[in-house]
Amino acid sequence: MTYLSVQNLSVRIKGGGPLLRSVSLDVAAGHVHGLVGESGAGKSMIGRAILGILPKAVEVVSGAILLDGVDLLALPPAQRRVRVGASCALIPQDPLTALNPSRRIGRQMTDRLVDILGWTRGDAEARALALLAEVQITDPARVLRQYPHELSGGMRQRILIASAFAAEPKLIVADEPTTALDVTVQKQILKLIAGMQVRHGTALLFVTHDLGVVSKVCQSLSVLYAGKVVETAEVRAFFAAPQHPYSAALLAATPKYTDPDAGLHPVPDAVIAAVRAEVGHD
Amino acid sequence: MADGRAQVRRRAGLRLWLAGGWLALLVLVAIFAPLLAPKDPLEQDLFAGRLPPFWLTGGALLGTDSLGRDVLSRIIYGSRIALTVAIVSGVITCLIGAGLGLLAGFWRGWVDVLVSRFIDIWMAFPPVLFSILLIAVIGPGLFSIIIAIVVIDWTRFARVVRAEAMAQGAMDYVASARVAGRGRMGTMLREILPNVLPIIVVLLTLEMGIAVIVEAILSFVNLSISTDDPTWGGMISEGRASIHQAWWVLVFPLVTLFLTVLSFSQLGEGLKDRFDPVLR
Amino acid sequence: MALLRTILLRLVTTAVTLLGVAVIVFVVIRVVPGNPIAMMLPPGATGEDIARLTALYGLDKSILQQFLIWGAGVLQGDFGTSITARQPVLAMVLARLPATLELSTFALLMAVLAGGAAALTGTRLRETKVEGGIDIAGGMALSVPDFLWGLVLILLFGVLVPVFHISGRVTPSLDLPFITNFYLFESLVRLRLDLTLDLVSHMFLPALSLAIPLAAIIAQLLKQSLKETMHLDYVTLARTQGYSEASVIWREALPNAVLPTLTLVGVQFTFLIGGTVIIERVFSYEGLGNMAIDAVINRDLPLIQGIVILFAVLFTGVNLVVDLMYATLNPRLRHG
Repeated sequence: MTYLSVQNLSVRIKGGGPLLRSVSLDVAAGHVHGLVGESGAGKSMIGRAILGILPKAVEVVSGAILLDGVDLLALPPAQRRVRVGASCALIPQDPLTALNPSRRIGRQMTDRLVDILGWTRGDAEARALALLAEVQITDPARVLRQYPHELSGGMRQRILIASAFAAEPKLIVADEPTTALDVTVQKQILKLIAGMQVRHGTALLFVTHDLGVVSKVCQSLSVLYAGKVVETAEVRAFFAAPQHPYSAALLAATPKYTDPDAGLHPVPDAVIAAVRAEVGHD
Repeated sequence: MADGRAQVRRRAGLRLWLAGGWLALLVLVAIFAPLLAPKDPLEQDLFAGRLPPFWLTGGALLGTDSLGRDVLSRIIYGSRIALTVAIVSGVITCLIGAGLGLLAGFWRGWVDVLVSRFIDIWMAFPPVLFSILLIAVIGPGLFSIIIAIVVIDWTRFARVVRAEAMAQGAMDYVASARVAGRGRMGTMLREILPNVLPIIVVLLTLEMGIAVIVEAILSFVNLSISTDDPTWGGMISEGRASIHQAWWVLVFPLVTLFLTVLSFSQLGEGLKDRFDPVLR
Repeated sequence: MALLRTILLRLVTTAVTLLGVAVIVFVVIRVVPGNPIAMMLPPGATGEDIARLTALYGLDKSILQQFLIWGAGVLQGDFGTSITARQPVLAMVLARLPATLELSTFALLMAVLAGGAAALTGTRLRETKVEGGIDIAGGMALSVPDFLWGLVLILLFGVLVPVFHISGRVTPSLDLPFITNFYLFESLVRLRLDLTLDLVSHMFLPALSLAIPLAAIIAQLLKQSLKETMHLDYVTLARTQGYSEASVIWREALPNAVLPTLTLVGVQFTFLIGGTVIIERVFSYEGLGNMAIDAVINRDLPLIQGIVILFAVLFTGVNLVVDLMYATLNPRLRHG
């Protein structure tokens, strides 16, 4: 059953050029959908549009974002905020800037449960402790009393992941959650997100530039180029035989760790030219 | 974006013109004071004390003070004192401060150590205390005011110019000038100075505004030249005392002073924006 | 323990600064060209009279000796005797201090409230006409010093629409039951709200003139750092959690934006205290600053020394408090 359905969404810089061109994509409840593209392709913009955190200089031109059948773009801002806050969550890209430096971890994890969702402080704290244990943080009680600067990047990303799952959201947008981390930590974090997703049955929109990551975590994916979806497919089918020439080139350009001698294959200029013409990018 | 920037620049341009216009007018008034002033600013007429301005059945254009002296004439002559203090103390402060800042920032070494140390000490000493002390020691008067301004405010120039000279000195064009065989002194005056000049001009404009206000404050509290001489601060002081009987003695010099101080600072800020490469 | 070390270090530098001020004050005052003793005596005084008074004030000893005597006295609370009032300087100065402290604290409060409100409003309505208006008003407020604002306020709210008092600290005919000179504070403690009202009505305009430039600085700085903070990821994250824009600013951005503003407000507050000197004069408010100007006019050197040193103590004290506040508020320093 489709939980999130983005339909013909177009977004542009106010008084400027388009950022997303009639993007459509569906995420089924409990499924993981990958959103792949080069930097600047607009993949983060889709996540931001869904969560209602587009930059001030950017506006939605047309389209709909259906969350559980309700068009978010048609709701008044306050209602939309409450609805998104209760059913969605974000795992941000950079754990170093995504925690408020002046507040303790405990407050940052529990405040919104208390303030927005009306939990008691005790329930919220118990929940935070359980979640920190689930993301394999040792001595969670101590961590709750600490400040962000006392923790490593990997620890902070675990906390952010725990936080995202705190209110059992139906949909989580993971915006390149491993890009800012050390390579050694990346794998663990990826595994953690995948495991949490399965256990909690949350739908996940996984934004990344790394096809290798998609192959490990996602069930389906959309390939984005210059603000337009050029291909949507099941992961298995995609990796077996990508339909669009750009997707194929992107896949070929992904380094294969299993075959280090294969060399690098950047996306050929001809393919770029063709896809540019197709999406109408100048 | 482009629109907003153009709008900012238009507004900045208007601001520059208004401020510059007022100050230019003031300079002319000061120069031609004897021709413009309707009366002798020192002439007392005890029978014509506290005459209201002309539209309130009075004889004098902007009224007279308690000693019957013509308010307009005193404002006109007062501009001479205000501008003298502004220009003299502004220029001297600028020469000393900017000179030391330039030397320290470009020459570095012991000159820099010495100048920076002095700046630090000066910064730790609150300007108000400094001026109280200085005036107490040198005694009141126009000369002391100028001395006090120079002694206290040279660091405003030195600090900024030093930092700017250091930044410029690190740039490639300076290195290439040196490589091309220009001496140190020549490099400093021909390469560095033109590039820090805009900032110096901005600071000088702002400093003149400060000088005007310092002079006004000190004549307000009777620590400037003798009370007979027409100063805006002195007039304001008298107006403050007789505010319920003769408001015009306070209002007109106050408005003049207000506009002058505002113009200096707006001119300074406007020039800063104009020179700022980000806005350009 | 980083906090403890910071505190100790600051205490030491504070002491050094104060010593420096004492030396400078002393030296500067001893190079006075005019002879203050001669000015104190009526015309026709004999050389013997002058010598006697000179000895009385210790002016016949060497500068170093004078400094040591004076310094030892200062440490014991003996700042000498005022030449004009012939009273101990310390008592005179301490009697006036509460008035100035109350005035500057009241002004600081006004500036923080007004500046903070402007910054928050400007951030909430950023990139709108309202923010532009706040910026222009702030620019105006900063272009003109407190002295001129004071006079303008006198005209507006003392003469044109006479709602506030423009002279003095309290209506002279009132019966004051106070035992300290902290009138405002004591009136609040004693719940004599009628007196509080009278005091505030006297204090409002001078405090406002001092507060206007500071409020503009606070608004500018706080708004700038708020707006920078608003781009950070934890603010975005809070938005996705269902917090409204206003509470995002208040909860997430403000605590982090306050810290950089705080240090500057400290420095600016010392300027504000300096500003009381002239503002007290403009409003005939019986505080330390008014006394300082009289002392300068009368060239009452012992009194000037005492006032300047007290001001220096105030300034360094404010800086010390700000540094300590910064250290305790910054979690990075608190848990080093």
